[in-house]
Amino acid sequence: MDLFKSFGGKSNSKNVAKERLQLLLVHDRADVSPKLLELMKEEIMNVISNYVEIDEDGLNVEITKEKKRDDTLVPALHANIPIKKMKRNVR
Amino acid sequence: MSEVIVITSGKGGVGKTTTTANIGTYLSMKGFKTALVDTDIGLRNLDVVMGLENRIVYDLVDVVEGQCRLKQALIKDKRFDGLYLLPAAQTRDKTAVNPEQMRAITDELRQDFDYILIDCPAGIEQGFKNAIAGADKALVVTTPEVSAVRDADRIIGLLEASDVRDHMLIINRIKMDMVKRGDMMNIDDIMDILAIDLLGVIPDDENIVISTNKGEPIVVDEKSLAGQAYRNLTQRLIGEDVPLINLDINYGILDKLKNLFKISSSR
Repeated sequence: MDLFKSFGGKSNSKNVAKERLQLLLVHDRADVSPKLLELMKEEIMNVISNYVEIDEDGLNVEITKEKKRDDTLVPALHANIPIKKMKRNVR
Repeated sequence: MSEVIVITSGKGGVGKTTTTANIGTYLSMKGFKTALVDTDIGLRNLDVVMGLENRIVYDLVDVVEGQCRLKQALIKDKRFDGLYLLPAAQTRDKTAVNPEQMRAITDELRQDFDYILIDCPAGIEQGFKNAIAGADKALVVTTPEVSAVRDADRIIGLLEASDVRDHMLIINRIKMDMVKRGDMMNIDDIMDILAIDLLGVIPDDENIVISTNKGEPIVVDEKSLAGQAYRNLTQRLIGEDVPLINLDINYGILDKLKNLFKISSSR
């Protein structure tokens, strides 16, 4: 929120640049190819479906950035796995 | 003790060659015997920036292939005592030289020179590998743009993975008016992102174009801001304690007020 932005006619594109760069570098540094991510996704799915029935269409696995407490960004593996129902008979 | 320093960036057009020419020239003005080596085989430009393009007889590939001795290929810059250029070949490509051969050349140059500056080609392929092969230290050049900083990060990663662990950053072509407007990343923004120490900052300066037009390094221009920045940067490189140049950061009252508001509103 820049108070002066509205009547100063000033943009703040450098913040956009910085944010884009930070996300970009999280990906670059993690060096995760789409192929590797796909492989990972499949294996995670295989393991989890031993225990729960998952909605495969709603599955989403991606590398994102996450803020640590000291405000530095670290790469994080984010998996959103919708569960249809639990398998009760697994032992 | 001589030092081999490679000037690299990943991205093209950020000012590697200009930086090599200016640091090298000022090192020789400070009394150091300095060799500039252009490793951009096929796209040589250091000779033109230095204004020595009409004096090339032999080049780097000729030396590697044994067509001439290293000393025959070195062009002496008559304007600056102790400054020499080893030009790249223009009609060959990067595969004409390999890293072992480059290391042999830099080792031979170490015997005669205090500083050997290697101008690296853009990219991360063979040309880059050749350029860093014999280097003790790397200077990574970037501009305050997303693409250039991204490539600098990649280069820093590759340098870490190779034997060149000693590296420093040069931020080139910073425009203070744009930084003040919030339309260009400032030094802190870039340093937040890259895991590297800062050697210096060069302001965007029209005089660079003029000096390149003439083939005279800007570092000899007493009046230009970029020339001063290159002199300071070079002094820091050789261990002198010089503060970062003041790039016209004379904020007015309005700017100070604005910063105050920005800080309080972001909390």
